[in-house]
Amino acid sequence: MGILVVTALSIVFIRDLFAVVILFGIYSLVSASFFVNLDAFDVALTEAAVGAGISTVLMLGTLALTSRREKKSSHGSTLPLLVVAVTGAALLHATLDMPYFSDPGNPVHQHVAPRYIQQSGEEIGVPNIVTSVLGSYRGFDTLGETVVIFAAGLGVLTLLGRFGKRPEISLPSPSMSHHLILRVIAKALIPLILLYGLYIQFHGDYGPGGGFQAGVIFAAAIILYAIIFGTERAHKVISPFVIHLLMSIGVLLFAGVGVATMILGGNYLGYNVLAHDPVHGQHYGILLVELGVGVTVTSVMLSIFFDFSDRKRIRTIEEQ
Amino acid sequence: MFLGLYNYWIVIILMMTGFYIVIAQGNLIKKVVGLNIFQTSVIILYVSMGKVKDGAVPILTDGIEIYSNPLPHVLMLTAIVVGVATTALALALIVRIYEEYGSIEEDDIHKQDGSF
Amino acid sequence: MDIFLNVLSWICLLAGGFLGITGAVGLFRFPDFFTRLHAASVTDTLSTFLIIIGLMLQANSLMMIIKLLLVLLIIAYTSPTSAHSLAKSALHSGLKPFLKDKENENS
Repeated sequence: MGILVVTALSIVFIRDLFAVVILFGIYSLVSASFFVNLDAFDVALTEAAVGAGISTVLMLGTLALTSRREKKSSHGSTLPLLVVAVTGAALLHATLDMPYFSDPGNPVHQHVAPRYIQQSGEEIGVPNIVTSVLGSYRGFDTLGETVVIFAAGLGVLTLLGRFGKRPEISLPSPSMSHHLILRVIAKALIPLILLYGLYIQFHGDYGPGGGFQAGVIFAAAIILYAIIFGTERAHKVISPFVIHLLMSIGVLLFAGVGVATMILGGNYLGYNVLAHDPVHGQHYGILLVELGVGVTVTSVMLSIFFDFSDRKRIRTIEEQ
Repeated sequence: MFLGLYNYWIVIILMMTGFYIVIAQGNLIKKVVGLNIFQTSVIILYVSMGKVKDGAVPILTDGIEIYSNPLPHVLMLTAIVVGVATTALALALIVRIYEEYGSIEEDDIHKQDGSF
Repeated sequence: MDIFLNVLSWICLLAGGFLGITGAVGLFRFPDFFTRLHAASVTDTLSTFLIIIGLMLQANSLMMIIKLLLVLLIIAYTSPTSAHSLAKSALHSGLKPFLKDKENENS
Protein backbone atom coordinates (compact mmCIF):
# COMPACT_ATOMS: atom_id res chain seq x y z
CA MET A 1 0.00 0.00 0.00
CA GLY A 2 2.87 2.32 0.69
CA ILE A 3 4.18 1.61 -2.79
CA LEU A 4 0.82 2.57 -4.22
CA VAL A 5 0.83 5.89 -2.45
CA VAL A 6 4.41 6.66 -3.39
CA THR A 7 3.81 5.81 -7.05
CA ALA A 8 0.67 7.91 -7.19
CA LEU A 9 2.35 10.88 -5.56
CA SER A 10 5.33 10.67 -7.87
CA ILE A 11 3.07 10.86 -10.91
CA VAL A 12 2.01 14.28 -9.70
CA PHE A 13 5.48 15.69 -9.85
CA ILE A 14 7.15 14.12 -12.85
CA ARG A 15 7.06 16.03 -16.12
CA ASP A 16 8.28 13.46 -18.58
CA LEU A 17 5.11 11.83 -19.82
CA PHE A 18 6.76 8.57 -20.80
CA ALA A 19 7.85 8.09 -17.20
CA VAL A 20 4.33 8.95 -16.07
CA VAL A 21 2.85 6.23 -18.25
CA ILE A 22 5.30 3.62 -17.01
CA LEU A 23 4.63 4.65 -13.42
CA PHE A 24 0.95 4.23 -14.11
CA GLY A 25 1.66 0.70 -15.32
CA ILE A 26 3.54 0.00 -12.09
CA TYR A 27 0.62 1.43 -10.09
CA SER A 28 -1.84 -0.89 -11.84
CA LEU A 29 0.36 -3.93 -11.34
CA VAL A 30 0.91 -3.22 -7.64
CA SER A 31 -2.79 -2.70 -7.09
CA ALA A 32 -3.44 -6.00 -8.89
CA SER A 33 -1.16 -7.81 -6.43
CA PHE A 34 -2.95 -5.95 -3.65
CA PHE A 35 -6.21 -7.41 -4.90
CA VAL A 36 -4.76 -10.89 -4.65
CA ASN A 37 -4.13 -10.16 -1.00
CA LEU A 38 -7.75 -9.16 -0.60
CA ASP A 39 -8.94 -12.53 -2.01
CA ALA A 40 -10.20 -11.00 -5.23
CA PHE A 41 -8.58 -13.12 -7.92
CA ASP A 42 -10.88 -12.23 -10.81
CA VAL A 43 -10.51 -8.54 -10.16
CA ALA A 44 -6.74 -8.90 -9.85
CA LEU A 45 -6.52 -10.74 -13.18
CA THR A 46 -8.65 -8.15 -14.93
CA GLU A 47 -6.82 -5.19 -13.40
CA ALA A 48 -3.43 -6.65 -14.30
CA ALA A 49 -4.47 -7.43 -17.87
CA VAL A 50 -6.39 -4.23 -18.48
CA GLY A 51 -4.54 -1.65 -16.44
CA ALA A 52 -0.98 -2.78 -16.86
CA GLY A 53 -1.57 -4.07 -20.37
CA ILE A 54 -4.07 -2.34 -22.58
CA SER A 55 -4.21 1.04 -20.87
CA THR A 56 -0.44 1.40 -20.90
CA VAL A 57 -0.23 0.40 -24.57
CA LEU A 58 -2.93 2.89 -25.54
CA MET A 59 -1.28 5.66 -23.58
CA LEU A 60 2.05 4.95 -25.24
CA GLY A 61 0.25 5.09 -28.56
CA THR A 62 -1.19 8.47 -27.65
CA LEU A 63 2.26 9.68 -26.64
CA ALA A 64 3.58 8.62 -30.02
CA LEU A 65 0.90 10.72 -31.67
CA THR A 66 1.30 13.77 -29.45
CA SER A 67 4.10 15.39 -27.57
CA ARG A 68 6.20 13.88 -24.87
CA ARG A 69 6.96 16.49 -22.25
CA GLU A 70 4.67 18.52 -20.12
CA LYS A 71 4.95 22.25 -19.87
CA LYS A 72 5.06 24.03 -16.53
CA SER A 73 1.59 25.14 -15.59
CA SER A 74 1.03 28.86 -15.42
CA HIS A 75 -1.48 29.19 -12.61
CA GLY A 76 -0.62 28.39 -9.05
CA SER A 77 -1.74 25.36 -7.21
CA THR A 78 -3.15 26.76 -4.01
CA LEU A 79 -6.81 26.66 -4.99
CA PRO A 80 -6.74 23.00 -6.10
CA LEU A 81 -4.79 22.04 -3.00
CA LEU A 82 -7.41 23.75 -0.87
CA VAL A 83 -10.24 21.94 -2.65
CA VAL A 84 -8.44 18.64 -2.30
CA ALA A 85 -7.73 19.23 1.39
CA VAL A 86 -11.34 20.14 2.17
CA THR A 87 -12.68 17.13 0.27
CA GLY A 88 -10.15 14.84 1.91
CA ALA A 89 -11.06 16.08 5.36
CA ALA A 90 -14.76 15.61 4.69
CA LEU A 91 -14.17 12.05 3.47
CA LEU A 92 -11.96 11.25 6.45
CA HIS A 93 -14.68 12.45 8.76
CA ALA A 94 -17.14 10.20 6.95
CA THR A 95 -15.00 7.12 7.44
CA LEU A 96 -15.31 7.33 11.18
CA ASP A 97 -18.78 5.89 10.85
CA MET A 98 -17.86 3.11 8.50
CA PRO A 99 -17.65 -0.54 9.47
CA TYR A 100 -14.31 -2.01 10.29
CA PHE A 101 -12.17 -3.77 7.75
CA SER A 102 -12.82 -7.50 7.17
CA ASP A 103 -15.32 -7.82 9.99
CA PRO A 104 -17.73 -10.63 9.13
CA GLY A 105 -20.59 -8.73 10.66
CA ASN A 106 -20.41 -5.91 8.15
CA PRO A 107 -23.70 -4.85 6.57
CA VAL A 108 -22.33 -5.58 3.12
CA HIS A 109 -22.16 -9.25 3.98
CA GLN A 110 -25.66 -9.53 5.33
CA HIS A 111 -28.43 -9.52 2.82
CA VAL A 112 -27.77 -10.52 -0.75
CA ALA A 113 -24.30 -12.03 -0.61
CA PRO A 114 -25.08 -15.01 1.67
CA ARG A 115 -27.94 -15.94 -0.62
CA TYR A 116 -25.58 -15.99 -3.59
CA ILE A 117 -22.93 -17.93 -1.75
CA GLN A 118 -25.29 -20.53 -0.44
CA GLN A 119 -27.68 -20.94 -3.33
CA SER A 120 -25.26 -20.64 -6.22
CA GLY A 121 -24.15 -24.22 -5.83
CA GLU A 122 -27.60 -25.71 -6.24
CA GLU A 123 -29.15 -23.25 -8.63
CA ILE A 124 -26.28 -22.86 -11.04
CA GLY A 125 -23.67 -25.42 -10.17
CA VAL A 126 -20.67 -23.39 -11.27
CA PRO A 127 -17.88 -23.32 -8.68
CA ASN A 128 -16.67 -19.79 -9.37
CA ILE A 129 -19.27 -17.66 -7.63
CA VAL A 130 -18.07 -14.49 -9.31
CA THR A 131 -18.72 -15.97 -12.76
CA SER A 132 -22.12 -17.23 -11.76
CA VAL A 133 -23.15 -13.86 -10.36
CA LEU A 134 -21.71 -12.03 -13.36
CA GLY A 135 -23.21 -14.32 -15.96
CA SER A 136 -26.49 -15.28 -14.49
CA TYR A 137 -27.70 -13.45 -11.42
CA ARG A 138 -26.55 -10.05 -12.67
CA GLY A 139 -26.61 -10.84 -16.37
CA PHE A 140 -28.20 -7.53 -17.34
CA ASP A 141 -25.23 -5.62 -15.94
CA THR A 142 -22.89 -7.68 -18.05
CA LEU A 143 -25.01 -7.05 -21.13
CA GLY A 144 -24.84 -3.33 -20.45
CA GLU A 145 -21.09 -3.53 -19.96
CA THR A 146 -20.62 -5.32 -23.28
CA VAL A 147 -22.62 -2.64 -25.03
CA VAL A 148 -20.51 0.04 -23.33
CA ILE A 149 -17.32 -1.55 -24.67
CA PHE A 150 -18.90 -1.79 -28.10
CA ALA A 151 -19.89 1.87 -27.94
CA ALA A 152 -16.34 2.85 -26.95
CA GLY A 153 -14.99 0.90 -29.91
CA LEU A 154 -17.44 2.67 -32.19
CA GLY A 155 -16.50 6.02 -30.68
CA VAL A 156 -12.79 5.55 -31.27
CA LEU A 157 -13.54 4.33 -34.78
CA THR A 158 -15.49 7.50 -35.51
CA LEU A 159 -12.82 9.74 -34.06
CA LEU A 160 -9.74 8.11 -35.47
CA GLY A 161 -10.74 5.78 -38.22
CA ARG A 162 -10.70 6.35 -41.93
CA PHE A 163 -13.87 5.58 -43.76
CA GLY A 164 -14.10 4.80 -47.39
CA LYS A 165 -11.30 3.32 -49.35
CA ARG A 166 -8.09 2.90 -47.47
CA PRO A 167 -5.30 4.67 -49.35
CA GLU A 168 -2.89 2.25 -50.95
CA ILE A 169 0.01 2.24 -48.56
CA SER A 170 3.18 2.11 -50.55
CA LEU A 171 5.52 2.75 -47.67
CA PRO A 172 6.31 -0.42 -45.74
CA SER A 173 5.03 -0.16 -42.24
CA PRO A 174 7.67 0.37 -39.56
CA SER A 175 8.35 -2.91 -37.94
CA MET A 176 10.97 -4.30 -35.70
CA SER A 177 11.70 -7.22 -37.95
CA HIS A 178 15.41 -6.56 -37.88
CA HIS A 179 15.52 -7.33 -34.20
CA LEU A 180 16.18 -11.02 -34.45
CA ILE A 181 15.88 -11.95 -30.80
CA LEU A 182 12.53 -10.21 -30.43
CA ARG A 183 11.17 -11.99 -33.48
CA VAL A 184 12.21 -15.41 -32.28
CA ILE A 185 10.88 -14.89 -28.76
CA ALA A 186 7.62 -13.45 -30.06
CA LYS A 187 7.10 -16.39 -32.39
CA ALA A 188 7.53 -18.74 -29.47
CA LEU A 189 5.39 -16.78 -27.05
CA ILE A 190 2.40 -15.72 -29.14
CA PRO A 191 0.85 -19.21 -29.53
CA LEU A 192 1.27 -19.75 -25.80
CA ILE A 193 -0.47 -16.48 -25.03
CA LEU A 194 -3.35 -17.38 -27.34
CA LEU A 195 -3.64 -20.79 -25.71
CA TYR A 196 -3.65 -19.17 -22.30
CA GLY A 197 -6.41 -16.81 -23.44
CA LEU A 198 -8.52 -19.76 -24.54
CA TYR A 199 -7.88 -21.48 -21.23
CA ILE A 200 -8.98 -18.46 -19.24
CA GLN A 201 -12.08 -18.06 -21.38
CA PHE A 202 -13.39 -21.53 -20.86
CA HIS A 203 -12.15 -22.11 -17.34
CA GLY A 204 -13.91 -19.07 -16.02
CA ASP A 205 -16.35 -21.40 -14.40
CA TYR A 206 -13.82 -23.24 -12.30
CA GLY A 207 -11.18 -20.71 -11.45
CA PRO A 208 -10.53 -17.03 -11.91
CA GLY A 209 -11.21 -15.99 -15.44
CA GLY A 210 -14.05 -15.40 -17.81
CA GLY A 211 -14.80 -13.40 -20.89
CA PHE A 212 -13.16 -10.05 -20.14
CA GLN A 213 -9.78 -11.31 -19.08
CA ALA A 214 -9.64 -13.77 -21.94
CA GLY A 215 -10.59 -11.11 -24.45
CA VAL A 216 -7.87 -8.78 -23.24
CA ILE A 217 -5.24 -11.54 -23.31
CA PHE A 218 -6.19 -12.51 -26.87
CA ALA A 219 -5.97 -8.90 -27.97
CA ALA A 220 -2.61 -8.56 -26.23
CA ALA A 221 -1.19 -11.49 -28.20
CA ILE A 222 -2.25 -10.02 -31.53
CA ILE A 223 -1.04 -6.56 -30.52
CA LEU A 224 2.37 -8.11 -29.75
CA TYR A 225 2.40 -9.60 -33.23
CA ALA A 226 1.45 -6.25 -34.74
CA ILE A 227 4.16 -4.40 -32.84
CA ILE A 228 6.95 -6.75 -33.80
CA PHE A 229 6.02 -7.73 -37.33
CA GLY A 230 4.34 -4.56 -38.53
CA THR A 231 0.72 -3.58 -38.93
CA GLU A 232 0.61 -4.64 -42.59
CA ARG A 233 1.15 -8.26 -41.70
CA ALA A 234 -1.18 -7.99 -38.76
CA HIS A 235 -3.85 -6.65 -41.12
CA LYS A 236 -3.31 -9.70 -43.30
CA VAL A 237 -3.73 -11.99 -40.31
CA ILE A 238 -6.96 -10.41 -39.14
CA SER A 239 -8.32 -7.71 -41.38
CA PRO A 240 -10.15 -4.66 -40.01
CA PHE A 241 -13.36 -5.76 -41.71
CA VAL A 242 -13.32 -8.99 -39.72
CA ILE A 243 -12.61 -7.09 -36.52
CA HIS A 244 -15.56 -4.78 -37.01
CA LEU A 245 -17.76 -7.74 -37.86
CA LEU A 246 -16.67 -9.57 -34.72
CA MET A 247 -17.45 -6.53 -32.57
CA SER A 248 -21.07 -6.67 -33.56
CA ILE A 249 -21.29 -10.46 -33.50
CA GLY A 250 -20.22 -10.57 -29.84
CA VAL A 251 -22.91 -8.16 -28.69
CA LEU A 252 -25.51 -9.84 -30.88
CA LEU A 253 -24.59 -13.24 -29.41
CA PHE A 254 -25.19 -11.98 -25.92
CA ALA A 255 -28.46 -10.27 -26.71
CA GLY A 256 -29.45 -13.20 -28.91
CA VAL A 257 -29.15 -15.64 -26.03
CA GLY A 258 -31.63 -13.49 -24.19
CA VAL A 259 -34.03 -13.45 -27.11
CA ALA A 260 -33.66 -17.22 -27.50
CA THR A 261 -34.64 -17.73 -23.88
CA MET A 262 -37.68 -15.55 -24.45
CA ILE A 263 -38.67 -17.58 -27.49
CA LEU A 264 -38.30 -20.79 -25.49
CA GLY A 265 -40.73 -19.51 -22.92
CA GLY A 266 -38.66 -18.08 -20.09
CA ASN A 267 -37.76 -14.54 -19.12
CA TYR A 268 -35.14 -12.51 -20.99
CA LEU A 269 -31.76 -14.05 -20.07
CA GLY A 270 -33.41 -16.64 -17.85
CA TYR A 271 -31.21 -19.56 -18.74
CA ASN A 272 -33.26 -22.22 -17.05
CA VAL A 273 -35.16 -23.03 -20.23
CA LEU A 274 -32.13 -23.58 -22.45
CA ALA A 275 -31.72 -27.28 -21.78
CA HIS A 276 -33.58 -30.21 -20.35
CA ASP A 277 -32.75 -29.30 -16.77
CA PRO A 278 -32.19 -25.87 -15.16
CA VAL A 279 -28.61 -26.44 -14.03
CA HIS A 280 -27.49 -27.49 -17.50
CA GLY A 281 -29.41 -24.59 -18.95
CA GLN A 282 -27.50 -22.23 -16.71
CA HIS A 283 -24.21 -23.77 -17.80
CA TYR A 284 -25.00 -23.33 -21.49
CA GLY A 285 -26.23 -19.83 -20.91
CA ILE A 286 -23.15 -18.73 -19.05
CA LEU A 287 -20.87 -20.38 -21.62
CA LEU A 288 -22.50 -18.61 -24.56
CA VAL A 289 -22.67 -15.30 -22.79
CA GLU A 290 -19.02 -15.38 -21.78
CA LEU A 291 -18.11 -16.29 -25.35
CA GLY A 292 -20.00 -13.26 -26.60
CA VAL A 293 -18.25 -11.03 -24.10
CA GLY A 294 -14.83 -12.43 -24.97
CA VAL A 295 -15.30 -11.94 -28.70
CA THR A 296 -16.51 -8.37 -28.25
CA VAL A 297 -13.69 -7.38 -25.91
CA THR A 298 -11.02 -8.86 -28.18
CA SER A 299 -12.28 -7.17 -31.29
CA VAL A 300 -12.85 -3.79 -29.62
CA MET A 301 -9.36 -3.72 -28.11
CA LEU A 302 -7.84 -4.70 -31.44
CA SER A 303 -9.90 -2.14 -33.31
CA ILE A 304 -8.84 0.63 -30.94
CA PHE A 305 -5.17 -0.34 -31.22
CA PHE A 306 -5.31 -0.51 -35.00
CA ASP A 307 -7.01 2.89 -35.12
CA PHE A 308 -4.16 4.43 -33.17
CA SER A 309 -1.41 2.73 -35.13
CA ASP A 310 -2.95 3.38 -38.53
CA ARG A 311 -3.32 7.04 -37.63
CA LYS A 312 0.36 7.24 -36.90
CA ARG A 313 1.27 5.45 -40.09
CA ILE A 314 -0.93 7.62 -42.28
CA ARG A 315 0.35 10.74 -40.62
CA THR A 316 3.98 9.76 -41.30
CA ILE A 317 3.08 9.14 -44.93
CA GLU A 318 1.31 12.48 -45.26
CA GLU A 319 4.24 14.29 -43.80
CA GLN A 320 6.53 13.06 -46.53
CA MET B 1 -9.72 2.05 15.58
CA PHE B 2 -6.80 2.92 13.41
CA LEU B 3 -6.30 -0.73 12.56
CA GLY B 4 -9.92 -1.11 11.60
CA LEU B 5 -10.11 1.90 9.34
CA TYR B 6 -6.71 2.23 7.74
CA ASN B 7 -7.80 0.78 4.42
CA TYR B 8 -10.27 3.63 4.00
CA TRP B 9 -7.60 6.19 4.79
CA ILE B 10 -5.17 4.82 2.25
CA VAL B 11 -7.94 4.86 -0.33
CA ILE B 12 -8.74 8.45 0.53
CA ILE B 13 -5.10 9.46 0.09
CA LEU B 14 -5.01 7.81 -3.34
CA MET B 15 -8.33 9.34 -4.30
CA MET B 16 -7.20 12.80 -3.35
CA THR B 17 -3.97 12.38 -5.31
CA GLY B 18 -5.93 11.40 -8.38
CA PHE B 19 -8.36 14.25 -7.83
CA TYR B 20 -5.53 16.74 -7.50
CA ILE B 21 -3.96 15.55 -10.72
CA VAL B 22 -7.23 15.95 -12.58
CA ILE B 23 -7.95 19.48 -11.45
CA ALA B 24 -4.51 20.98 -11.07
CA GLN B 25 -2.26 19.67 -13.82
CA GLY B 26 -2.55 21.23 -17.22
CA ASN B 27 -1.45 18.41 -19.47
CA LEU B 28 -4.33 16.34 -20.80
CA ILE B 29 -2.61 12.98 -20.75
CA LYS B 30 -1.70 13.46 -17.10
CA LYS B 31 -5.30 14.25 -16.39
CA VAL B 32 -6.35 10.95 -17.92
CA VAL B 33 -3.74 9.17 -15.80
CA GLY B 34 -5.05 10.94 -12.71
CA LEU B 35 -8.59 9.89 -13.57
CA ASN B 36 -7.42 6.30 -13.82
CA ILE B 37 -5.69 6.54 -10.43
CA PHE B 38 -8.97 7.81 -8.99
CA GLN B 39 -10.89 4.91 -10.55
CA THR B 40 -8.44 2.31 -9.27
CA SER B 41 -8.60 3.73 -5.76
CA VAL B 42 -12.41 3.48 -5.76
CA ILE B 43 -12.09 -0.13 -6.89
CA ILE B 44 -9.68 -0.80 -4.03
CA LEU B 45 -12.25 0.71 -1.67
CA TYR B 46 -15.01 -1.63 -2.75
CA VAL B 47 -12.88 -4.75 -2.92
CA SER B 48 -11.42 -4.10 0.52
CA MET B 49 -14.94 -3.75 1.87
CA GLY B 50 -15.71 -7.20 0.58
CA LYS B 51 -12.97 -9.02 2.38
CA VAL B 52 -14.00 -11.20 5.28
CA LYS B 53 -11.52 -12.13 7.99
CA ASP B 54 -10.24 -15.69 7.43
CA GLY B 55 -12.36 -15.91 4.33
CA ALA B 56 -11.35 -17.83 1.25
CA VAL B 57 -11.49 -16.95 -2.41
CA PRO B 58 -15.11 -17.12 -3.56
CA ILE B 59 -14.76 -20.35 -5.50
CA LEU B 60 -16.88 -23.15 -4.09
CA THR B 61 -14.61 -25.85 -2.73
CA ASP B 62 -15.42 -28.70 -0.39
CA GLY B 63 -14.61 -28.10 3.19
CA ILE B 64 -14.48 -24.31 3.18
CA GLU B 65 -17.25 -22.52 4.97
CA ILE B 66 -16.39 -18.84 5.03
CA TYR B 67 -15.92 -17.08 1.71
CA SER B 68 -15.03 -13.51 0.96
CA ASN B 69 -17.95 -11.62 -0.42
CA PRO B 70 -18.16 -12.05 -4.23
CA LEU B 71 -20.58 -9.23 -4.85
CA PRO B 72 -18.08 -6.34 -4.85
CA HIS B 73 -15.80 -8.38 -7.13
CA VAL B 74 -18.50 -8.63 -9.76
CA LEU B 75 -19.35 -4.94 -9.65
CA MET B 76 -15.71 -3.96 -9.79
CA LEU B 77 -15.07 -6.22 -12.78
CA THR B 78 -17.64 -4.17 -14.67
CA ALA B 79 -16.14 -0.96 -13.33
CA ILE B 80 -12.63 -1.80 -14.52
CA VAL B 81 -13.77 -2.60 -18.02
CA VAL B 82 -15.92 0.51 -18.28
CA GLY B 83 -12.91 2.45 -17.01
CA VAL B 84 -10.72 1.20 -19.81
CA ALA B 85 -13.42 2.00 -22.36
CA THR B 86 -13.60 5.57 -21.04
CA THR B 87 -9.81 5.87 -21.07
CA ALA B 88 -9.61 4.68 -24.67
CA LEU B 89 -12.19 7.22 -25.78
CA ALA B 90 -10.47 9.99 -23.80
CA LEU B 91 -7.13 9.17 -25.44
CA ALA B 92 -8.70 9.19 -28.90
CA LEU B 93 -10.16 12.62 -28.12
CA ILE B 94 -6.72 13.82 -26.98
CA VAL B 95 -5.20 12.73 -30.30
CA ARG B 96 -7.84 14.67 -32.22
CA ILE B 97 -7.40 17.73 -30.00
CA TYR B 98 -3.68 17.64 -30.69
CA GLU B 99 -4.32 17.54 -34.40
CA GLU B 100 -6.66 20.50 -34.28
CA TYR B 101 -4.98 22.74 -31.72
CA GLY B 102 -1.36 21.68 -31.99
CA SER B 103 -0.85 21.20 -28.28
CA ILE B 104 -2.22 19.20 -25.39
CA GLU B 105 -1.69 21.74 -22.66
CA GLU B 106 -4.85 23.16 -21.22
CA ASP B 107 -3.50 26.74 -21.22
CA ASP B 108 -2.62 26.69 -24.91
CA ILE B 109 -6.01 25.33 -25.80
CA HIS B 110 -7.79 28.00 -23.80
CA LYS B 111 -5.72 30.72 -25.45
CA GLN B 112 -6.59 29.48 -28.90
CA ASP B 113 -10.24 29.20 -28.03
CA GLY B 114 -10.29 32.77 -26.80
CA SER B 115 -12.03 31.89 -23.55
CA PHE B 116 -10.73 33.11 -20.16
CA MET C 1 14.77 -35.33 4.46
CA ASP C 2 12.09 -32.85 5.39
CA ILE C 3 14.48 -30.71 7.39
CA PHE C 4 16.97 -30.82 4.55
CA LEU C 5 14.40 -29.61 2.01
CA ASN C 6 13.23 -26.89 4.37
CA VAL C 7 16.72 -25.61 5.03
CA LEU C 8 17.58 -25.67 1.33
CA SER C 9 14.46 -23.78 0.41
CA TRP C 10 15.11 -21.18 3.10
CA ILE C 11 18.63 -20.69 1.74
CA CYS C 12 17.29 -20.21 -1.77
CA LEU C 13 14.60 -17.76 -0.68
CA LEU C 14 17.00 -15.70 1.39
CA ALA C 15 19.59 -15.66 -1.38
CA GLY C 16 16.94 -14.57 -3.84
CA GLY C 17 15.83 -11.82 -1.53
CA PHE C 18 19.35 -10.63 -0.96
CA LEU C 19 20.04 -10.52 -4.70
CA GLY C 20 16.85 -8.55 -5.20
CA ILE C 21 17.88 -5.98 -2.64
CA THR C 22 21.38 -5.63 -4.05
CA GLY C 23 19.92 -5.23 -7.51
CA ALA C 24 17.72 -2.41 -6.26
CA VAL C 25 20.64 -0.72 -4.52
CA GLY C 26 22.65 -1.11 -7.70
CA LEU C 27 19.93 0.68 -9.65
CA PHE C 28 20.61 3.75 -7.60
CA ARG C 29 24.32 3.66 -7.24
CA PHE C 30 25.61 2.66 -10.63
CA PRO C 31 26.75 5.58 -12.75
CA ASP C 32 25.44 4.73 -16.16
CA PHE C 33 22.40 3.34 -17.99
CA PHE C 34 24.02 0.11 -19.14
CA THR C 35 25.39 -0.85 -15.73
CA ARG C 36 22.03 -0.07 -14.19
CA LEU C 37 20.41 -2.28 -16.79
CA HIS C 38 22.73 -5.07 -15.76
CA ALA C 39 21.74 -4.61 -12.11
CA ALA C 40 18.05 -4.64 -12.97
CA SER C 41 18.29 -7.73 -15.12
CA VAL C 42 20.22 -9.59 -12.41
CA THR C 43 17.32 -8.86 -10.11
CA ASP C 44 14.81 -9.95 -12.68
CA THR C 45 16.33 -13.27 -13.66
CA LEU C 46 18.59 -14.65 -10.98
CA SER C 47 16.71 -13.61 -7.90
CA THR C 48 13.32 -14.67 -9.30
CA PHE C 49 14.92 -17.95 -10.32
CA LEU C 50 16.19 -18.61 -6.80
CA ILE C 51 12.93 -17.58 -5.16
CA ILE C 52 10.91 -19.88 -7.38
CA ILE C 53 13.30 -22.78 -6.76
CA GLY C 54 12.93 -22.14 -3.04
CA LEU C 55 9.15 -22.21 -3.41
CA MET C 56 9.30 -25.39 -5.48
CA LEU C 57 11.17 -27.14 -2.70
CA GLN C 58 8.34 -26.28 -0.36
CA ALA C 59 5.48 -27.22 -2.63
CA ASN C 60 3.33 -30.11 -1.55
CA SER C 61 1.87 -31.42 -4.79
CA LEU C 62 3.18 -32.21 -8.26
CA MET C 63 0.71 -29.81 -9.89
CA MET C 64 2.12 -26.92 -7.92
CA ILE C 65 5.68 -27.80 -8.91
CA ILE C 66 4.72 -27.95 -12.58
CA LYS C 67 2.92 -24.62 -12.39
CA LEU C 68 5.89 -22.98 -10.70
CA LEU C 69 8.14 -24.48 -13.37
CA LEU C 70 5.99 -22.94 -16.08
CA VAL C 71 6.15 -19.54 -14.39
CA LEU C 72 9.92 -19.91 -14.20
CA LEU C 73 10.13 -20.76 -17.90
CA ILE C 74 8.09 -17.74 -18.89
CA ILE C 75 10.18 -15.41 -16.76
CA ALA C 76 13.38 -16.96 -18.11
CA TYR C 77 12.04 -16.35 -21.62
CA THR C 78 10.81 -12.81 -21.27
CA SER C 79 12.97 -10.89 -18.86
CA PRO C 80 16.34 -11.32 -20.63
CA THR C 81 14.53 -10.38 -23.84
CA SER C 82 13.28 -7.15 -22.33
CA ALA C 83 16.74 -6.32 -20.99
CA HIS C 84 18.21 -7.00 -24.43
CA SER C 85 15.70 -4.84 -26.24
CA LEU C 86 16.22 -1.99 -23.76
CA ALA C 87 19.97 -2.13 -24.33
CA LYS C 88 19.59 -2.37 -28.10
CA SER C 89 17.21 0.56 -28.35
CA ALA C 90 19.48 2.63 -26.12
CA LEU C 91 22.44 1.89 -28.40
CA HIS C 92 20.34 2.77 -31.45
CA SER C 93 19.39 6.13 -29.98
CA GLY C 94 23.03 6.92 -29.46
CA LEU C 95 23.46 6.48 -25.72
CA LYS C 96 27.09 5.61 -25.26
CA PRO C 97 28.35 3.56 -22.34
CA PHE C 98 30.39 5.33 -19.72
CA LEU C 99 33.93 4.04 -20.22
CA LYS C 100 36.75 4.80 -17.89
CA ASP C 101 39.37 5.64 -20.49
CA LYS C 102 39.35 5.33 -24.22
CA GLU C 103 42.02 2.68 -24.60
CA ASN C 104 40.29 0.12 -22.35
CA GLU C 105 37.53 -0.69 -24.80
CA ASN C 106 36.27 -4.14 -24.02
CA SER C 107 32.75 -4.75 -25.32
